[in-house]
Amino acid sequence: MAGSREIRNKIKSVKNTQKITRAMEMVAASKMRKAQDRMKKARPYGEKIRKVATHMSQANTEYRHPFLIVRDTIKRIGIIVVTSDKGLCGGLNTNVLRKAVNQMKQWQSEGEQIEVCCIGNKGLGFMSRINANVVSQVIALGDAPDITKLIGAVKVVLDGYIEDRFDRVYIFYNRFVNTMKQEPLMEQLLPLTNERVQKNSGSDSESESRMAWDYIYEPEAKPVIDDIMIRYVEAIVYQAVAENMASEQSARMVAMKAASDNAGNVIDELTLIYNKSRQAAITKELSEIVGGAAAV
Amino acid sequence: MGITFHLDIVSAEDSIYSGAVEFLVAPAQMGEIGIYPRHTPLLTRIKSGMVKIKAQLKEEELIYVSGGMLEVQPDTVTILADTAIRGHDLDEAKALESKRAAEDAMKNRESELDYAKAQAELIEAMAQLAAIDKLRKRGH
Repeated sequence: MAGSREIRNKIKSVKNTQKITRAMEMVAASKMRKAQDRMKKARPYGEKIRKVATHMSQANTEYRHPFLIVRDTIKRIGIIVVTSDKGLCGGLNTNVLRKAVNQMKQWQSEGEQIEVCCIGNKGLGFMSRINANVVSQVIALGDAPDITKLIGAVKVVLDGYIEDRFDRVYIFYNRFVNTMKQEPLMEQLLPLTNERVQKNSGSDSESESRMAWDYIYEPEAKPVIDDIMIRYVEAIVYQAVAENMASEQSARMVAMKAASDNAGNVIDELTLIYNKSRQAAITKELSEIVGGAAAV
Repeated sequence: MGITFHLDIVSAEDSIYSGAVEFLVAPAQMGEIGIYPRHTPLLTRIKSGMVKIKAQLKEEELIYVSGGMLEVQPDTVTILADTAIRGHDLDEAKALESKRAAEDAMKNRESELDYAKAQAELIEAMAQLAAIDKLRKRGH
């Protein structure tokens, strides 16, 4: 019975691994549902603030916010990379980081400087390994995206834009399509593009835009518009983080399901080998006995 | 029944109120303001406090908001409630903190590499020890 003990040990260890992956799959499935809820709940805020921003872009405001002004020269670029804090979620982080790196290489070959804001541990680790210039970071977000934690990191980038350190800001994250599919995306965050501001605004915008009107501001135009714009960008980032978290949980669930299935296959194969070798040993022993008896 | 306007109160984490209302009172930065339908466009910050809402055929309702922004259009009003406590200095402090954390991570880049290297060496040494142990047990 050579090797049968080894096979038995191997089967036991694969079974233990399968138990772990199955447990992780179940945890991810329940977290995924909550993450999706959170993602859906964040949507109304994004829609409303977009509506306000659209109104603002149509109004004859006395003050144009820098986020709305497109600059001609592009020398420095800020990027926000949203990743998960933890691994074991398939190719989720790899995909978004690959997209970011390819884009960064292209920009660098065009002579542009890049500064990075990392949201999530995986992205931070990766960006510091490739010697990217990380200006701000948030890690350990937990299961619920918390806007309080995001404000600081986003503000560093926004300040950079206002102070002319960046001419463009992009965000990379995984968009949640459905449980089986997540899509790494790059979106332009600043300056706010017209499509973004006017997306979903519908047909009523046309008639409104012809009128020249302005808001009454309390207390003054500048601080109020500043506040709205900052909140708007934060809402976009928050939505991206919420989508990324839902993507993370569903990617993890799928990856862990695949791992559990693979472990099941390995166990089946090993059991077959084990039984074969046991049978071979028994047959061998029997033939030896028979042979021995015949000799006597 | 009087005329109404549409009111939405949303925060980043949830939609708090959505429906037709007859009038509302909100704690704007410069003092409380009351809004009836067909109000002229207005944009203001609001302080934390109670928003009083009168919907059609209903009692007055009070909803707490922890500050945010208020936008008035003639037939819609939107309150964007903050979930975080905001303030210029507070935001500044958070930005600095995030910056410093990034700088620390950059500085510790080498020490992290050293750590990974040391860990790899340790694993190798342990594998060697295990191999030696096995050889010994075989009776060498």
